[in-house]
Amino acid sequence: MPDLMKQSPYGVFLEHCKKGELAYQISTDDGKAVFYPRVAAPGSGSTRLEWRVSKGLGTVYSTTVVYYKDEKPLNVALIDLDEGFRMMSRVEDIDALDVKIGMRVKVRIHPGDEKQPPYPVFAPLRPGEEVPHHPGSSSHPSSIRRGT
Amino acid sequence: MSLERASVAVVGAAESDLGQVAPHTSPVDLMAQATLRALDDCGLKLSDIDGVFSAATQVRTAPMTLAEYLRIKPGYFDGTAIGGSSFMSHVAHAQAAIEHGLCNVALIAYGSTQRSVSRAAASPREFNPYETPYRPFMPSSAYAMAAARHMHQFGTTREQLAEVAVAARKWALLNPKAWEKEPLTVEQVLKSRMVSYPFTVRDCCLVVDGGGAIILTSAARANALKKKPAYVLGVGEALSHANISSMPDLTVTAASVSGPKAFGMAKLKPADVDMLSLYDAFTITPILFLEDLGYCPKGEGGRFVSSGAIAPGGKLPVNTSGGGLSYCHPGMYGLLVMIEAIRQVRGECDKRQVKDCEVALAHGNGGVLSSQCTVIFGGPSTV
Repeated sequence: MPDLMKQSPYGVFLEHCKKGELAYQISTDDGKAVFYPRVAAPGSGSTRLEWRVSKGLGTVYSTTVVYYKDEKPLNVALIDLDEGFRMMSRVEDIDALDVKIGMRVKVRIHPGDEKQPPYPVFAPLRPGEEVPHHPGSSSHPSSIRRGT
Repeated sequence: MSLERASVAVVGAAESDLGQVAPHTSPVDLMAQATLRALDDCGLKLSDIDGVFSAATQVRTAPMTLAEYLRIKPGYFDGTAIGGSSFMSHVAHAQAAIEHGLCNVALIAYGSTQRSVSRAAASPREFNPYETPYRPFMPSSAYAMAAARHMHQFGTTREQLAEVAVAARKWALLNPKAWEKEPLTVEQVLKSRMVSYPFTVRDCCLVVDGGGAIILTSAARANALKKKPAYVLGVGEALSHANISSMPDLTVTAASVSGPKAFGMAKLKPADVDMLSLYDAFTITPILFLEDLGYCPKGEGGRFVSSGAIAPGGKLPVNTSGGGLSYCHPGMYGLLVMIEAIRQVRGECDKRQVKDCEVALAHGNGGVLSSQCTVIFGGPSTV
């Protein structure tokens, strides 16, 4: 269990962002990914959590486009990372309405500004950029559909 | 240990003033106004209330603040705050309290001035370092992503979503208290200002001021009061997640848990229900709840609501008040969802009255499809 007097789950996540990394946790009991970062694994309560750096490849699970007044349309999406966790983010580099469910994306870290610390965003994976997965890595997007 | 079917009943129900209230009206003014009206509805006195249940985004300590305002000293109180379905939870908790003798007359009250003070001021979003940086327009964007996923998986269309808004508007035109007074077409919904794709402003609930109150007591005491009791036949509560990024499957809500609990307690099936009052925060929500409560198979909700099936004259009356989309939506709308179901069971709905309505289901939703609570009300023939 982390010593919260010294270090917080988000604090560690943020340190990774500052290094250009998307970090998540795994529960060493069952190998399952945990996100957002926590002090204990949800469900089991196990404190045997280890940090990992994501390969940053994922699939758009759902997407919307927000129309704020006097701004260009803003994408907001839920991304299923190949390691088996989901996060909110945004897909950049393309028109917000062109972000589609099922689209393959890769992470990069947005630098943020004075008010907003760095945070992960995504861009579409271009053809040929896809890295073949190792057999048994269970990271194909179809295998991480959750719930019923 | 479980709750007993029809051990308690709603005996009084009332809205506060709805729409745009006078400047400087407080949410507790609205709660108190609705409370006095609900007491008048059943003939009980303020001093009869010994249980207070309340939640409000603008009043952090709602039961305490309301008790001070009305100067009542409740022996039992509950401020469960899980968004718009809080009040369905309050019914379940009030029933438990009444069954155990912890209180005898329970007040459930709500008030909001979100139109007057702005939605941003009435319900400021909590900061979440994993969501806030992306600036989702909450809660709309969360529901929009549920709709987008439903469209992707099941072929649901924007036209089908719009049918929900059009049906609500048709009902609203039969309700003199409804905020919206003009007809609405599918084309108008689609061409309105886009808010969070695929939702235009007409796919989203209203932003108005308002509140309500209901009074519950034991079935035995209810029978001696002036109005026909609306018995609580079944209740079911369920929590799924808090943030949309933690919702396991955006097309399946925890209504699939709360609904069967409520039906089980009520010893009823979906087909036994005469009208549904489903929290329509956005056009996707009645579609999801019709599926999850057992009115059509998963994925068929869009097709189910098309061709006026839930509009006046359709096969299943849904949101006869006009709903959050066209009647009233003062923030956490769940109490008003129940008030319409109660009035239908009492036969008080005039032009929009569902014929021989003996069983009405009120389903509440809170957060971003996060909390789901179902209450089934029945008239005297059901007990």
